[in-house]
Amino acid sequence: MKSSVIVFPGSNCDRDVAVVLEKLQFKNSMIWHKETELPRSDLIVIPGGFSYGDYLRSGAVAAKSNILSEVIRAANKGALILGICNGFQILIECGLLKGALLRNSKLKFISKDILVKVLSNKNKFFNKYKDGEVLKLNIAHNEGNYFTDKKHLDELEDNNLIPLKYCDKKGNLNNECNPNGSINNIAGIFNKDKNILGMMPHPERMSDKFLTNEDGLGLFLSLMN
Amino acid sequence: MKFSVTVTLKKDVLDPQGKVVGQTLKNMGVKNLNQIRQGKFFEIDLSEENSTKGKNQVKEMCEKLLANQIIEDFKIKITE
Repeated sequence: MKSSVIVFPGSNCDRDVAVVLEKLQFKNSMIWHKETELPRSDLIVIPGGFSYGDYLRSGAVAAKSNILSEVIRAANKGALILGICNGFQILIECGLLKGALLRNSKLKFISKDILVKVLSNKNKFFNKYKDGEVLKLNIAHNEGNYFTDKKHLDELEDNNLIPLKYCDKKGNLNNECNPNGSINNIAGIFNKDKNILGMMPHPERMSDKFLTNEDGLGLFLSLMN
Repeated sequence: MKFSVTVTLKKDVLDPQGKVVGQTLKNMGVKNLNQIRQGKFFEIDLSEENSTKGKNQVKEMCEKLLANQIIEDFKIKITE
């Protein structure tokens, strides 16, 4: 598997993702945002961080960078695209995913471990998980409050395009376990073809049992399938 | 030609910052405050003398970058 990790000024999870990908024998390249060409990649990761200092809106400036037009082209050809945290914000700002990520409902930057439930495993990203499995992942964001209109929300729910929702230990979905106010507890969404995934939690931070746990590793293992 | 652009969250989108600012003003004794919405303000200076052309160009800037139309509205004014 060939992968590319896009690096912007202000990206800070790029190397964490690269470590996981290389551990799993992905042939990985780090691609600076000014590049105008992407190497052929089965997987493109847009990592977390604060691209361009979150100026204007999180991800808004990165979405107009040189390399993003190449990412969009690859996405339309069916490459797998994974946007984590700021990467999710960038995917939304460039139009590859619909909706918006608003400021967290309690107006605070949240950095903590949370629980999410895998709601759909019949796809390229979660096939190594069981349906309904509860994962402990980490979030660290200020704008993770997912919002979209009723029509799109119905489309997401009806077509299994929401693979991850914030939940409690038993897998229940409720307001108490929703850290940022996201509509329907949404933690991650797919595009229609399920080759593009945007998610606020960081799977790369939970991919080494000596550091944290390996709840996030399954996502990268799934991608190799 | 100079323009000003105001970008605010749409009416049906929760504006937590505006809410906190409004609450603070109420705590400070402002009794007749109905609502407050927080937004962003841009001053744009264009080398363009034709106001229609200039306004259209600023509109395009808003649609493509300055505002996220899913959650935000924008208003354009010619200032000079």
